[in-house]
Amino acid sequence: MPRQPLSISTAPFLHAADTTPRIMWEVVYTLLPVWAAAVYYFGLSAILVSLAATAGCLITEKWFAQESRNSLLDGSALITGLLLGLTLPPGFPLWMAFLGGVVAIGMGKVIWGGLGQNVFNPALVGRAFLQAAFPTAITTWEAPSGQYWQVRGTNLALPFYQGQPIDAVTAATPLSQMKFSHEPTAFVDLLLGNTSGSLGETCGALILAAGVYLLARKIINWRIPAGMLGAVALFSGILYLIDPVSYPSPWFMLFAGGLLLGAVYMATDLVTSPLTPRGLWIYSIGIGLLVVLIRVWGGLPEGVMYAILLMNAATPLINRYTRTKIYGHR
Amino acid sequence: MSRLTGNGNELLTFQHGVHPHDYKELSNQCAIERLPFPDTLTLPLAQHIGAPSKPIVRKGQRVRRGEKIAEAAGFVSVALHSPVDGEVEAIGLFDHPNGQMQQSIRIRTDRFSAQQIAGGQVPDPTTLDRKGFIGALQEAGIVGLGGAAFPSHVKFNLPDDKPCRYLMLNGCECEPFLTCDHRVMLEYAGELLDGLAILQSFVEAEEIYIAIENNKPDAIETLRRAAATSPLPIQVVGLQTKYPQGAEKMMITAILGQEVPSGKLPIDLGVLVANVGTVVAISQYFRQSQPLIERVITVTGTAVGRPTNLLVPIGASMQEVVDYCGGITDDAARILLGGPMMGVVQKTLDIPVVKGTSGILVLTENEVRDLTTYHCIRCGRCLDACPLFLNPARLGLLAKRGQWEAMEELNVLDCFECAACSYVCPSAIPLVQSFRVAKGIIREKRARAKTAN
Repeated sequence: MPRQPLSISTAPFLHAADTTPRIMWEVVYTLLPVWAAAVYYFGLSAILVSLAATAGCLITEKWFAQESRNSLLDGSALITGLLLGLTLPPGFPLWMAFLGGVVAIGMGKVIWGGLGQNVFNPALVGRAFLQAAFPTAITTWEAPSGQYWQVRGTNLALPFYQGQPIDAVTAATPLSQMKFSHEPTAFVDLLLGNTSGSLGETCGALILAAGVYLLARKIINWRIPAGMLGAVALFSGILYLIDPVSYPSPWFMLFAGGLLLGAVYMATDLVTSPLTPRGLWIYSIGIGLLVVLIRVWGGLPEGVMYAILLMNAATPLINRYTRTKIYGHR
Repeated sequence: MSRLTGNGNELLTFQHGVHPHDYKELSNQCAIERLPFPDTLTLPLAQHIGAPSKPIVRKGQRVRRGEKIAEAAGFVSVALHSPVDGEVEAIGLFDHPNGQMQQSIRIRTDRFSAQQIAGGQVPDPTTLDRKGFIGALQEAGIVGLGGAAFPSHVKFNLPDDKPCRYLMLNGCECEPFLTCDHRVMLEYAGELLDGLAILQSFVEAEEIYIAIENNKPDAIETLRRAAATSPLPIQVVGLQTKYPQGAEKMMITAILGQEVPSGKLPIDLGVLVANVGTVVAISQYFRQSQPLIERVITVTGTAVGRPTNLLVPIGASMQEVVDYCGGITDDAARILLGGPMMGVVQKTLDIPVVKGTSGILVLTENEVRDLTTYHCIRCGRCLDACPLFLNPARLGLLAKRGQWEAMEELNVLDCFECAACSYVCPSAIPLVQSFRVAKGIIREKRARAKTAN
């Protein structure tokens, strides 16, 4: 007879290999090449900004998370930190990046009850806070410099320092160039990321590759990038056909700014996207339409963040009102 | 018409479902062995869905192998027979695999009990009308051997306005580990086709399908060859290996492309489904006068000394069965009746094998260790797993809050507890377990509302 008493629990006794931490860590691994590309283009500054944002996330998670287990081990706070870092400009002051991380986890996740309980994408909550609190710093872009070891002076700005940034060589992003002076950027530069912008807004090709992997592993739902990119392409394509002079081409819309990062990593956040197939279509197409709306007619050059946050807000409602078509009832 | 086109070699399936490792390799090469008669057998009166049988023997009475010891108590009930020559030692309460004490007949086996059947007169099926056939099945104690143990004569008693168009034999055996149906198809192919022919002569289906998952290519091959010599309109259909392919609804949908409407039975689509073992039992009754007194079960799992497919007399104690199969190892931690997905955990081996027992599975501590649970991360994998297209994530959330009415509204009562949702859940949330609870509460509320009116 067995040494330990036979105990009772209920079937099933087989389980698929994927667990929640394993899924989260796999997302972290796919983010590393994207992050490496940011380092390639922006040098040491990229590393520092990412580290600051990530540190803010991890420390907040460690101190405030309610779970009895060590919730750092599930990898989700690390994803938030890395993603937040990728949405920031390379010359962003480090203390602000850190504060963004604190807000991302604190306001974006912990107060909702931790992993799985939040309504808004935590990284975008952090970025929205930074956009509201530091509108100048977060829109001060620099061209990729090629000087890896140079730390941008603005990185080390002290809290609430009011003077001019010390040695910033600013450059307009492709989106603001388009919006404010109607100058498109060469497509190959957009694809390879050889443009100014946030850390992760640049290398479209790598983000797409990571997206393909995540889709193949079924970690993200294909309907989200499909609906989002499809809606952007279609909506902006129609505008482009109507007036190719005032409106940007759909190719430009797809590859400029944070759309790809949003479509692969932000909108696909499992927790804050809907459950049902129909709900996912409503959500992703809604994001695509909002992106074009904000970019073309809004006051800001970029609209991915607000588009996703708005549809995040709609997700509980979408979940409630989209039903699956049940077997035997169809 | 089935969805088969062309040469009929393509694999059919349903939408959604999961792909657990099937672990069939432990026992699928093991030819069926016969368990020697145990010293005592404990035969519960309730081994089937419906009213428990009524004993017609008394303590101390001598019984023969195949002799009726309890009779059907109403239409949804079947007779019970002694699997051995012996003496009735007791009629009273004994442990039942359902976890309760149940009225049972305990028989002490004669030391020289033989394999010879000493049953009553079995009618020639060609002389029977449909009513006589139904009565004979009830008298033979035959129930569905797939696991539910629903009396076969009730299922085959077709209403006049619902003719059987498609007769389907279920040889999917989609539960991992279990191989008894597989071995029955290989070793009892003749009886299987004979029982099928007897059944067909009464239900007169237009088309007959034998459905087998493609992880049993030898069974597909064997039955195709056997069916080729049969005058019946039989097609042996290969189905994709996918859980829960053997669930009645999923099998029907795979073959016909139609869904069984909620709350209806397969016969509403003109479909009659029987387990492969059940038709073998029909043949054995009419040709060998052997009522349902033994069945093939799979004794398997990494914690079993020698995984085996075993022909076991009904009522044999699981302890004796497991001992015959090399006993269980020191690290055994869970004993299940049935497979790992839908099986029921037992706290003791001191219970009898009953007509609905398809397997005994013993797992080690390593295999059953509890996974850490997390909050639902709304990944939606359960929605892609559920063969009924329910929304387990939402139902799980509602269950946590005790919102039973909302769950009823989302059709939780349709759930047949295949556990595919719990299998895929990365947060290890006990989804199917909470649905079982919810279904119980909802049914109880309905019953109470009914009596209040």
